Amino acid sequence: MRIFTTLKLSNGSVSLKLGSSCVIVLVVLSFLVPLLFDLDPYRISDNLRASIGLWNGSGPLLGTDDLGRDVLARLVFGARNSVGIGLAVVLVSMSVGIPLGLFAGVYGGWIDTSIMRVTGILMTLPTILLAIVIVSVLGAGLLTAMCAATIVAIPGFIRVVRSISALEMKRQYVQAARTGGDSKLQILWSEVLPNCWVPIVAQATLGFGDAILHIAALDFLGLGAKPPMAEWGAMLADARPFIESNPNLIVLPGLCLATTIFGFTLLGDALQRWLNPRTGVH
Amino acid sequence: MFKLGALTTTLLGISLIAFFAIRFVPGDPVVLMIGERGADPQQYREAVARLGLDKPMAWQYVSFLGRAVRGDLGTSISSGRDVSTELLARWPATLELGVAALLLAVLVGVPIGVVAAIYRDTLLDRVLTACSLAGYSTPNFWLGLLLILLFSVALNLLPVSGRLDTAFDVWNVTGFMLIDTLLPAARAQYGLFAFYSALHHLVLPTVTMATIPIAVFARMTRASMVEVLSEDYILAARARGLSPVRIIGLHALRNALLPIIVVIGLHFLNVAIAGAIMTETIFGWPGIGSYIVSSVYARDYPVIQGSILVIGVVVILTNGAVDVLSRLANPRMR
Repeated sequence: MRIFTTLKLSNGSVSLKLGSSCVIVLVVLSFLVPLLFDLDPYRISDNLRASIGLWNGSGPLLGTDDLGRDVLARLVFGARNSVGIGLAVVLVSMSVGIPLGLFAGVYGGWIDTSIMRVTGILMTLPTILLAIVIVSVLGAGLLTAMCAATIVAIPGFIRVVRSISALEMKRQYVQAARTGGDSKLQILWSEVLPNCWVPIVAQATLGFGDAILHIAALDFLGLGAKPPMAEWGAMLADARPFIESNPNLIVLPGLCLATTIFGFTLLGDALQRWLNPRTGVH
Repeated sequence: MFKLGALTTTLLGISLIAFFAIRFVPGDPVVLMIGERGADPQQYREAVARLGLDKPMAWQYVSFLGRAVRGDLGTSISSGRDVSTELLARWPATLELGVAALLLAVLVGVPIGVVAAIYRDTLLDRVLTACSLAGYSTPNFWLGLLLILLFSVALNLLPVSGRLDTAFDVWNVTGFMLIDTLLPAARAQYGLFAFYSALHHLVLPTVTMATIPIAVFARMTRASMVEVLSEDYILAARARGLSPVRIIGLHALRNALLPIIVVIGLHFLNVAIAGAIMTETIFGWPGIGSYIVSSVYARDYPVIQGSILVIGVVVILTNGAVDVLSRLANPRMR
């Protein structure tokens, strides 16, 4: 496939290496570590409340939170939840955004105008504000937070796919296929879509990071996952009262969150840089 | 020339979102509008008549628009006060924070971008680019907590929340704390101490809010400068033996600046509002952002509705203005 040869071509890129290693660490952490070690993010221990961790002599590696739950276990399960949530949000928003972008780009005319106007409206409000409004209407919870993150991610896919497919429609090979009697739907499927995959992968990578960030922000505001679910944003919110006594609980979940988003941003950035080598900004 | 049609549809779209948001909420809109406390049958009927909920939907929408245009955004459920009055009262706090963050972001982000572009593809460029990507990836609510941890808890240098020490009682004239504390009345009472206190309180929220814009401005400036520096006239200036400072400052930066200003205009408002929501919540800053979050907690739908409408209008008008200005400034874009 084209995307794999792409990765080999820009093998020298530091950001690609760093970004992909962040993402690989995240996936290993979330799926392999729970298999190798006995981790329970929900077990409450009465005698080990708010312990600092191994450098203090005893207890779990990274200590326990205010309820005596293992912080490492909660971080690992938080990673697993983030991967699952990010994947779900990206896949659903892709499956809505790609067809709409294709229709807008390939058919043009009033279809294009109406799809892009609605996209423009959705993009007017800052994403986090739109997400908060959606959650406030649908009611707080992880599922509605994921719906909100999906809705705010859709316009990005529509825009990317639409701009690529509108460009492709002007190319000679598409003109040739038109003269050969292919319908627009056939062209959309066999000529335009295959050329969209690389930008879509770049957008999906960036979207993965955005989705994790939006969910964490909603969790942090108390509008997302409900306790006792292990979620980085919710862990940060839970830790706020203990900022003086146990700063670990603030530093560690945020570090996981920032590293993950950094990884996806680097990776998406490297892909975009490959698409537009001159400036690295599309 | 000017995309007036797109502007109008976007405005109408935002008003539709604001209008229908409240109607998609599960439950009785009347109870949502007047609150559960005041829901005895008599008041209920009065509210239905007053809110026009017995009229057709299209009529309701038009009258909602009409009232919004006249500045009537309804009444807050939790405080019972005018939504527009409350938004106006909180606007200066957000604006003060936003302007401070914008200044910081421009003063830090643009030079970083210029330096990265000059030393393009060197180690320095890589480090600066990595730093700005790291800044871009750091969730602002976590950064805010880290800054509190470092500067308030560990070093005890800066305050955790609010806009002014409780020891000062400054008369609210403009709503901008930095101006109010410098007015003669406050000066006579406290000297400059109230002003220093306001400045102190502004530091951490400003840094928190500015981080992502710094990263964005640095990236955009770098991209714009790289493009300009590869132009022939830069090569010509170099061949004429002009000093690098002259080339960068006079020839390159001036031409690179226009796209940067456009980005700042288009991007900043969006980032500022998004940043204000999280930053104001963390630092207890009494602006629009924290108002929206507390209204979501209180299920105060008229406030949410009014805020979306106001923010939407402000964003659309700013984008339109930036668009017009950039077309005026750059004939090639007309």
